[in-house]
Amino acid sequence: MNSNFDRTLSNEDLLRRRASLLQRLHIDGLLLLILLVIASGSLFILYSASGKNVDMVIKQASSFGIGLVGMFVIAQFEPRFMARLVPLAYLVGVALLVAVDVMGYNAMGATRWINIPGVIRFQPSEFMKIIMPATIAWYLARHNLPPRFKHIVISLVMILVPFVLILLQPDLGTSLLVLTSGAFVVFMAGLQWRWIMGAAAALVPVAVAMWFFVLREYQKQRVLTFLNPESDPLGSGWNIIQSKAAIGSGGIWGKGWLLGTQSHLDFLPESHTDFIIAVLAEEFGLVGVCLLLLLYMLLLARCLVITVQAQTLFAKLLAGALSMTFFVYVFVNIGMVSGLLPVVGVPLPLISYGGTSLITLLAGFGILMSVHTHRKWMTQA
Amino acid sequence: MPQPIRLKDHEKDARVVRKRVLVGALFILLMTAVLMLRMYYLQVVQYEHHSTLSESNRVHVQPIPPNRGLIYDRNGVIIADNRPSFSLTLTRERAGDWPAVLDTIVEVLALGSDERALFEKRVRQGRRPFEPVPVLFELSEEQIARIAINQFRLPGVEVAAQLVRHYPQAEHFAHSVGYVGRINEQEMEKLDKVAYSGTHHIGKTGLERFYEEHLHGEVGYQEVETNARGRVLRVLKRTDPLPGKDLHLTLDVKLQEAAEQALAGRRGAVVAIQPATGEVLAMVSQPSFDPNPFVTGIGFKAYAELRDSIDRPLYNRVLRGLYPPGSTIKPMVAVAGLDAGVVTPQTRVFDPGFYQLPNHSHKYRNWNRSGDGWVDMELAIARSNDTYFYSLAHKMGVDRMHDYMTRFGLGQRVALDMYEETGGLMPSRDWKRERYRQPWYPGETLILGIGQGYMQTTPLQLAQATVLMATRGKWIRPHLAKRIGDEPVLNTNPPPDLVLRDPKYWEYGIQGMESVLHGPRGTARKVGDSAVYRIAGKSGTAQVVAIKQGEKYDRNKVAERHRDHALFVAFAPADNPQIAVSVMVENGESGSGVAAPVVKQVMDAWLLDESGQLKAEFRTPQSGEEAQP
Repeated sequence: MNSNFDRTLSNEDLLRRRASLLQRLHIDGLLLLILLVIASGSLFILYSASGKNVDMVIKQASSFGIGLVGMFVIAQFEPRFMARLVPLAYLVGVALLVAVDVMGYNAMGATRWINIPGVIRFQPSEFMKIIMPATIAWYLARHNLPPRFKHIVISLVMILVPFVLILLQPDLGTSLLVLTSGAFVVFMAGLQWRWIMGAAAALVPVAVAMWFFVLREYQKQRVLTFLNPESDPLGSGWNIIQSKAAIGSGGIWGKGWLLGTQSHLDFLPESHTDFIIAVLAEEFGLVGVCLLLLLYMLLLARCLVITVQAQTLFAKLLAGALSMTFFVYVFVNIGMVSGLLPVVGVPLPLISYGGTSLITLLAGFGILMSVHTHRKWMTQA
Repeated sequence: MPQPIRLKDHEKDARVVRKRVLVGALFILLMTAVLMLRMYYLQVVQYEHHSTLSESNRVHVQPIPPNRGLIYDRNGVIIADNRPSFSLTLTRERAGDWPAVLDTIVEVLALGSDERALFEKRVRQGRRPFEPVPVLFELSEEQIARIAINQFRLPGVEVAAQLVRHYPQAEHFAHSVGYVGRINEQEMEKLDKVAYSGTHHIGKTGLERFYEEHLHGEVGYQEVETNARGRVLRVLKRTDPLPGKDLHLTLDVKLQEAAEQALAGRRGAVVAIQPATGEVLAMVSQPSFDPNPFVTGIGFKAYAELRDSIDRPLYNRVLRGLYPPGSTIKPMVAVAGLDAGVVTPQTRVFDPGFYQLPNHSHKYRNWNRSGDGWVDMELAIARSNDTYFYSLAHKMGVDRMHDYMTRFGLGQRVALDMYEETGGLMPSRDWKRERYRQPWYPGETLILGIGQGYMQTTPLQLAQATVLMATRGKWIRPHLAKRIGDEPVLNTNPPPDLVLRDPKYWEYGIQGMESVLHGPRGTARKVGDSAVYRIAGKSGTAQVVAIKQGEKYDRNKVAERHRDHALFVAFAPADNPQIAVSVMVENGESGSGVAAPVVKQVMDAWLLDESGQLKAEFRTPQSGEEAQP
C-alpha cells in the first residue's frame, strides 16, 4: 500500500519534471506539436504541387528546420529584453526599406531585396512583418490603456512610414499585411469602437485616392480581374478561374494525392507557392481544406490563450497582434485563391513554398513561446 | 523626465486586452466560417460545374517547333533549307475509332496495306494526348483535294503545313552534311522531351547530327483555346521559338562538283583541305545518294535497294573507308627516319629488286622487279622504291614507326566535327600482343614501311597527313563548319604539333614528293608535266586481295572488284600550299595513272582561273617564274 502510493507520487513527479524540462527550454509543447503537424503535411502537398520535385521538398524541409532553430533561439530571450531592442530594430528596418527603394535588387519587376552578393539576400519588408507590431506594442505598452488620441496618431505615423516604403517597392500585398499587423496592436490595445467605425468610413475616399494615385497598372488589373474574372478568362482572370476549377473539381473527398489534374497538367499557375491551397483542395477535397482550417484554429486558439496569460502589456499586445496577423494571412490567401478577394500575392502560412516567409512566421511563434515560458509565478497560472 | 509619471493600471490593461482577444477570437471563427462556406459552395454546390470545366479544359498548350538552322557552303550557296510541306495528321483523341479512320484514309487515297501498317506505326508513336501525329508526308494537290472532299468521314484528320528539311544539292553533300529523319523511339528516350516537344525531325548523320544542338533552336509555346471538337479557336498567348543557328561550311559547292566530275563515275573518295586553316573544301564519297527521301521517311524498298547495292552508296568512304595507305605514307616515313636519326638525306640503298632481312631467305619485293640500283631518299620517294623503305623501316623498328605515324594522325580520329569517323589502325607491338596474342615479327615492320600489312587508314587521315607535310607539322583538326551562327569554329583539342629536331627534314620529304610529279624518273611525271604549278604528291596502291609469295599481280586474272585501290595524296603549289588533296579510286589499280589525274583536276579547279593560269591570290613571286608550260 505504502509502496504503491510512492509509485503514484513518483509518476506525477516524472510528468511534472517532463513538463518543466520543456519550460526550461522555453518551448511550448502544444504550439510545437501543431506546427510540426501542419509543416509535415505541407511537405506532402508541396511534393504534389511541385510536380513531384523532391529537391523542392528537401529545400522546404530544410527551410523549416532553419526556421525551427530560429524559433528556439528567439524563445530564449525574455520579452522584456526584446522590448528594449525594438525601437532600434524599427529604425534599422526603416533604413533598410529606404535602401531597398533607392538601390535595391530588382526581382520580378519589383524591388524587394537587400542583396549583398555571397553574404546575404533578404527582404526587409519580411523583417518588418514582426518589427511593426513589436514597435507599436512597445510604444502603446508605455501608457495606460485604452490609448489616447495622441498615442494613436503617433502609432499611425509609425505604421504608415514602412507601409508607404513597402508600397513603393511596389508590393501591395506585403504593405497591407504590415499595415494590418500594426493596426491589430492598436485594436488589441482597446481602440475605441467609434474610431474604428470612423476609420472604416474614411476608407472609401482613401481607396478611391489610392486607385488613381498609388496603384500600379498590374495592381489595378488584379482588382479589376477580381471584380469580374469572366471579362478576361484567359488573360488576367486565368489564375482565378483555373484555381476555382481546381478547388471545385475536388469535391468533398478530393481526387486523391498526386491525382489532381488541374495542377498536374499545368493549368494551375504558381501551384506550389501562392495557389497551393488549390492543390490541397483539388486532391483532398472539402475534407482536406476543413482539416487544415481546423489545425489553423487550434494553432490560433493556443496563441490567444498565450496572449491572455501573458504578464506584461507589451507581451500581450505583441502576442495578440501576431496571432491576428497570422489569421489574416490564412484568410487573405484562401480568400484570394477561392475568388473571394483580389489576387495580392500572399503565401499560405506554413504551407506555401518559400523559405523567407516560413522563417519569419516561425520567428513570430518563437516570440509567442518566449512570452509564455518566461512568465514569473508560473505555478499559479 | 519632464512628463508626470503615470501609474500603470495592470488589472485594467489586462481586462481591455482580454476583451479584445475575445472579439478577435469571434472574428477568427466568423471568417473561418466564411472560408468554409466558400469552399462548400465551390466544392459541393458548384461541384458539377467545376468538375466538367476541369475535365474538358478547353485551353491547351501547344509547342511551336523552332525553324532549323540553314546550312550554307563557304560562298553562301544553300546546302540545306526548310521547305513548306503538307502532311496528313491524325489526332487519336478526336478520331475516336482511329484504326477505322486509318482504313478510310487508305481507301480515300487509294493506298495499299503497306502504307496502312506504316500509318498505324506512326500513330502509335504519338507522344502527348491531343497531339496531331503526322502519318503521311508530302501530300500532292490531288491528295489534299481528296481529303478535303471526304473530310466529313475523317474525324481528327487534318492537313497540316509544316517546314521540312530540304537538300537542294541532293546527293552532293549526303556524306558530309548528312540528313535529318524522323525521331525514333530510341532517340526519344534520350532527348530532352520539352525541347523537342514540337519537333519531329532530328539530325541522323553527318553535320546535321554533329551540330544538332546548334541547328535545332529552342521550342516556343502557344496557349490556344479549342472548341469541343478540338479545333483551335484562337491563340491566347504565344512565346516565339528561337530558330536554330545557321551553319556556314568550309565546303565549296563548285569544288565539290569538280571533284565528283574528276572521279568520272568511278567509285572512290576525294578530300580537299586548305592546309593553313584545316578547312575541308571538298569531301566526296562516290557513289552517293539523295538524302531527301530520308527526311520524310524513305520507303522500305527504296532503302533496301540503297543498302544492298554492290556499289554501297550509303558507305561513307572518306570517314569510314579503311584502306592500307600503301606508298602514300613513304614521305612521312622518310621524314620520320630523318628525325629518328636512322638515315640521312644522302643515305643510299642498293636495290636489286628485293630486300632480304639478314639471315632470312624471304625476299621482300620491290614493285619494280628489275630493281632501281642505287637510290637515295629523294629518288626513293620519286620512284616509290620499296627496297629503300624496307631498309628504313627495319632500321627504325615498329615502335618508333608507330609513334611517328600516330603523330601524323594515321590510325587516329583526326576530324573536329565529323560524325562517325573511324579511327583506323596503326599497329604496334602491344596491339598485336593484345589482339592476336602473338609477338611482332620483323617482316611485319618491313611491310609497314611501305604502308601495307595491318595498317588501316581513311582517305581523310591521308589528307591530314599530307596537310601536315604541307604545314611542316602544324596541327589543325580538319573541319567542315566555318561558322555556327556568328561564332567561328575553334580549333579545339588539336594534337600536339609535330616538331622535328631540324625543320629542314620536312624539305627533304617534300623534295621527294615534288620529284614524284616533276622529277625525271617520278612515277607521276605525266601528271606533273601537264601542271602549270608545282605539285608535291605521292601515289599508292592498296591491295584488296593478298598476293602470294613469288606471285605476280596480273590484272587480267583478277576480277574487277578485287583489283587494287588507287591512292594519291598531294598538295600544291609546292612552295605555297593552298590545297591538299587525297584521292582513293576503288579498284583503280594505279595511283599515279588513275588517282593522280583526279587530284590534279581537283587542284586545277581550285587554283586556276578561267584562263588556265594560277589565280593571283595563290601566286608567290617565285611561283610565277617557275611555272612551266
